[in-house]
Amino acid sequence: MALLEIRNVTRRFGALTAVENVSVAIEAGEFFTLLGPSGCGKTTLLRMIAGFDLPDAGAILLDGRDLAGTPPEKRPIHTVFQSYALFPHMTVSQNIAFPLKMAGKSANEIATKVKGALEQVHLEEKGAQYPHELSGGQKQRVALARGLVNQPRVLLLDEPLGALDAKLREEMQFELIELQRDIGVTFVFVTHAQPEALALSHRIAVMNAGRIEQLDEPSKIYGLPVNRFVADFIGKCNILDANVVEAAPGGLKLEVKGLGEVAAPAREGARPGEHGVLALRPEQVRIGAPDTQHDLKNHFSGRVRDLLYVGDITTYVVELPNGTRIEALLPNSAPGRATFFEAGDTVRVAWRHDAGNFLRD
Amino acid sequence: MRRTSWLWGTSLAAYAFLYVPLTIVVLFSFNDSKLSAEWVGFTWNWYRTLFADDAMLGAARNSLFIAVTASLAATVLGTMAGIAMHRYRPKLLPFMVLTPVAMPEILLGVSLLVFFISVFGEQALSLATVIVAHTTFCIGFVAIIVRARLAGMDESIFEAARDLGATPWQTFRLVTLPLIMPGVIAGALMSFTLSIDDFVITFFTTGVGVSTLPLQIYTMIKVAVTPEVNAVSTLLMVLTLTMIVIASRLAPDALRGQG
Amino acid sequence: MTRPRAESVTRWLVSGPPFLFLFVFFALPSLIMVVASFRYPGEFGGLAPLVATRPGEDAGLTAENYGVFFSDWIYFQILAKSFGVALLTTFVCLVMAYPLALLIARSPKRHRDFMILLVVLPFASNFLVRVYAWMIILGDQSVFLRPINYALAQIGVEPVSLLFNGFAVIVGMVYVHLPFMILPLYTNLEKHDPALLDAAQDLGANAWSRFWRVTFPLSLPGIFSGAALVFIPVLGMFAIPEILGGKDDWMVGNMIKEAFLGTRDWPFGSMLSIMLTLAVLIVAALAAWLARKGTARA
Repeated sequence: MALLEIRNVTRRFGALTAVENVSVAIEAGEFFTLLGPSGCGKTTLLRMIAGFDLPDAGAILLDGRDLAGTPPEKRPIHTVFQSYALFPHMTVSQNIAFPLKMAGKSANEIATKVKGALEQVHLEEKGAQYPHELSGGQKQRVALARGLVNQPRVLLLDEPLGALDAKLREEMQFELIELQRDIGVTFVFVTHAQPEALALSHRIAVMNAGRIEQLDEPSKIYGLPVNRFVADFIGKCNILDANVVEAAPGGLKLEVKGLGEVAAPAREGARPGEHGVLALRPEQVRIGAPDTQHDLKNHFSGRVRDLLYVGDITTYVVELPNGTRIEALLPNSAPGRATFFEAGDTVRVAWRHDAGNFLRD
Repeated sequence: MRRTSWLWGTSLAAYAFLYVPLTIVVLFSFNDSKLSAEWVGFTWNWYRTLFADDAMLGAARNSLFIAVTASLAATVLGTMAGIAMHRYRPKLLPFMVLTPVAMPEILLGVSLLVFFISVFGEQALSLATVIVAHTTFCIGFVAIIVRARLAGMDESIFEAARDLGATPWQTFRLVTLPLIMPGVIAGALMSFTLSIDDFVITFFTTGVGVSTLPLQIYTMIKVAVTPEVNAVSTLLMVLTLTMIVIASRLAPDALRGQG
Repeated sequence: MTRPRAESVTRWLVSGPPFLFLFVFFALPSLIMVVASFRYPGEFGGLAPLVATRPGEDAGLTAENYGVFFSDWIYFQILAKSFGVALLTTFVCLVMAYPLALLIARSPKRHRDFMILLVVLPFASNFLVRVYAWMIILGDQSVFLRPINYALAQIGVEPVSLLFNGFAVIVGMVYVHLPFMILPLYTNLEKHDPALLDAAQDLGANAWSRFWRVTFPLSLPGIFSGAALVFIPVLGMFAIPEILGGKDDWMVGNMIKEAFLGTRDWPFGSMLSIMLTLAVLIVAALAAWLARKGTARA
């Protein structure tokens, strides 16, 4: 049985349906992420799990028991808020001790547990300080310690890394993974930052306009997106209008607007004449001098229109004769690559016959 | 810069305008002459007369008692109102809380006069009616301060408390109350000050034989002015000054954006 | 799906007591006053009963109080004078308060709180004391006036009396209400972005233009707040005209006081109070509307 089950939950605010008939089963010990753009309903769902909001339809079950009727303070579920919500009038130790006090633990036990929690988040020296004396990253860790100290069944995290700068964010991501692994508490993580979701999660639920578009592990979300929204939202993607010409178990033959015939991997249920898109990741597109790349099935000529150098890779925007643009990625320290391409250069782009995905909208 | 010196000049004049009259009152409280016309010599006489004046002392006792009671009541009710206005955004309550503060005092005074006598009869006016009247207009001040304090806080703190296991009452006791306490105290001090200083509303709602310091001052001004008025004014100023300074430390924003 | 019931209980527990208190001691008295303005005066003052207890006694409701107001020109005159005093006071307060508020707003942050405290402190003195102070200064015997009158007498001019007239009333009103104009004005001016003035200067505006075209328009909401905070209390004042003014300086407040405590004609006093309330509401609505318009542009 799943630890936390969300069963056909719907939540409406007047004419707006924030969460529509969502069902998810989260396993114990899992790092589960709700990923989506703002307004997709992920925070609303989180608040319903915490108990600050009630579903209009459906149920939320913990260990098989319906949580409706249980107020937030009685649920063994804790939240790390986006603004950390540390009590300004209490010290770090008092903040962390708070849930233990609410649970009626003895003073001795509280002292021991608080000490342990501080060690776990590497803040042993900060116990007597007040929140306003801490940096953003430190406040973050106090919020985490406070949420975990009395071993909740589930820890909810509402975009906790949003306020941190890029480098700190990355460090915290590693710490979060380690923490979750060491303690083993089930994490339900909410974010709109998809690299973060891919990096941290065991499974991701991609949400859009109140619905779950795809629920899968990160590599499948990235490599095998189920529809155009997921392909476009996660990472960078070339999205090209396409029609199915032939459908065979070994692969599809597509008619791509502006390119002509393209070979694509097989897709179940695809029928000739069907309309959709070809989703092609830039790293799957090889770029080379005009007379190269003949060994790959799909190859086309074009001109470099733009390029974006970000240190480790360069993204080239190649414009094909009829105006279609394709993004191709080149790592900048590939062996044997002495020259970069300049804007205006004529190049050849190519990709494998089993690269990309044909998706219906 | 030229323009700044002009600004400084007019501002200094404004400050002088504010303080010179009060300085004169204080100065002449030590003047050894019945007339506040020119300086004769230094004396404590008027303060001595003050403390021997039974009517004045009785009025001082009344003022203090009224102020303590009314500010206590106003603080409790005003804090509740401030919290309610912030959390529930009611439609009618803000109107009822803030109008007594915004209206000319005389309107509240006469309406309470009519109310008390109509409902409780000819002898209704007393110490109690003054206390009720003061509480009524002080509630608004406390509510404004408490609401402002709540508005400046991170809302998620209260949710966090419940999320971590605190019942609504525990959340109020352990998180909300400590955090609004400076505002509550500032409100209490403001109410105390307003009550001690109030003239108009007290004028219409006191009973026979119930006098307060401002009423005494009024009578003295109209009947026979002696520097005893200066003396009691000076003492009153010192008292309310202390209260305001303390209040300004606890809730600095409250004293600014009002209205 | 039901929302938690406990939350509505808390809501009533918290908003109930203040609401109840204010309903009984503010809303109810106001209603009683409205009704009182339509009643007859009692035989020994106060209010006549609503139902006649003796034959020939005035009882019940009547509009005659309002009739008196609209028929006798003098009441309207006094109301108009009250408006005039309030207007003049507001204007003088504005002129005096603006430079001070501007100075404080432009001072370095660490000085501002102290400078504002200095503005608020006179507010700590009793209102009557502040009025009394001007009795001393403006009185014929005062240190200030005697030399002036002496000098005037030398050149054959009548001695000037500064007390118990309209001048003293205005001075008193301004003195008592000045902090109420300074504070909202300061709050507004403090929020002005200094970059706006730099931009104006950069584009060729001189000091006066910068003030008149940038600072002043942006400060309008503060001006309206302050004006309302001065105008409305001044309208209802009676103590200052009574102490510092003469017989000709009566305002609406004086009439109301006289009606309730002097002639004991309560219905008439109630009617005057209602008129004052209406005047205040109109002014408040006007101020709110002007403030909204000002903010919309800024």
